[in-house]
Amino acid sequence: MKPIYIEGTAKTPMVKYDNENGTIEIKGRSIPENSIEFYKPLVDWLDDYAGSPKELTKVDVHLEYFNTSSSKCILDVFKKLEAIHKNKHEVLINWFYEEDDEDMLEAGEDYESIIRVPFRMIEIVD
Amino acid sequence: MSFNITNYYNEISKGDVILAYKGSITSDLINDILESVEKKLDAANEASKTKKKLYNILIESLQNLYHHIEEKHEGIEEELDPKFGVLVVKREGDIYNVTTGNFINSSRIKFLKEKIEKINSLTKDELKDMYKFILNHQKLSAKGGGGLGLVDIARKTEYDLEYAFYNYNGNYYFFNLTIKI
Repeated sequence: MKPIYIEGTAKTPMVKYDNENGTIEIKGRSIPENSIEFYKPLVDWLDDYAGSPKELTKVDVHLEYFNTSSSKCILDVFKKLEAIHKNKHEVLINWFYEEDDEDMLEAGEDYESIIRVPFRMIEIVD
Repeated sequence: MSFNITNYYNEISKGDVILAYKGSITSDLINDILESVEKKLDAANEASKTKKKLYNILIESLQNLYHHIEEKHEGIEEELDPKFGVLVVKREGDIYNVTTGNFINSSRIKFLKEKIEKINSLTKDELKDMYKFILNHQKLSAKGGGGLGLVDIARKTEYDLEYAFYNYNGNYYFFNLTIKI
């Protein structure tokens, strides 16, 4: 399997999937009208990766905005990570949010309560 | 008196308007509107918290329109652009108003009205539970919407969603939604 790198656009985030290092990074805005199209390859990649994951998979999610259409796809990504974690491989999700963005913190906490993977809420102070 | 789109638009675009638009709701238009509103809020030095809320709500409102508007409206005599919708963002004192308008088939009114009433009746914690339930249990529709938009909007504002249905020709109504931030 190959790493993924997708540049960010006004409506889609920068994505970096690195199977060699076991790191995943999603950063920017995720507000496409049709998010399934964007996220499907990312979810499929995790299916492959789950076959031989690293000891630790570290996931950084740093979103400025995301729409409700993306929120379901992000949950799909997290569910794949949950499956890896369930198979006794370490997974850590770092959820970044700007210091005054309570809505983004709350969004992270919503996921944390649904997905059985350790989350770390990281506040970014300007 | 029957509903008239020009009068309606003139009425809602009075006041301290940041942006007013009527016409086709396309993906490119959504980009343009978001970019323009973001610039105006930056220029106005609006608090980042308010800016984020407004921006988020604008995204959901526009994408709700985008996903739900019908391409053509049978029996509507006025010349309308395809996928016709209305958006007005304005300020009233300390409050921002985001208003959207679109034609809907009368068969959808009951569902929409009940959904909004339900959302308005819930506390913040109940809205959170509703959001998480839909997020975790409902599949995305082919259109891309997942029934989360209005719940998400309601979570981000302290105000009730204000709505009205104006009878256009019995078959079609004009649905007006105003969100205060």
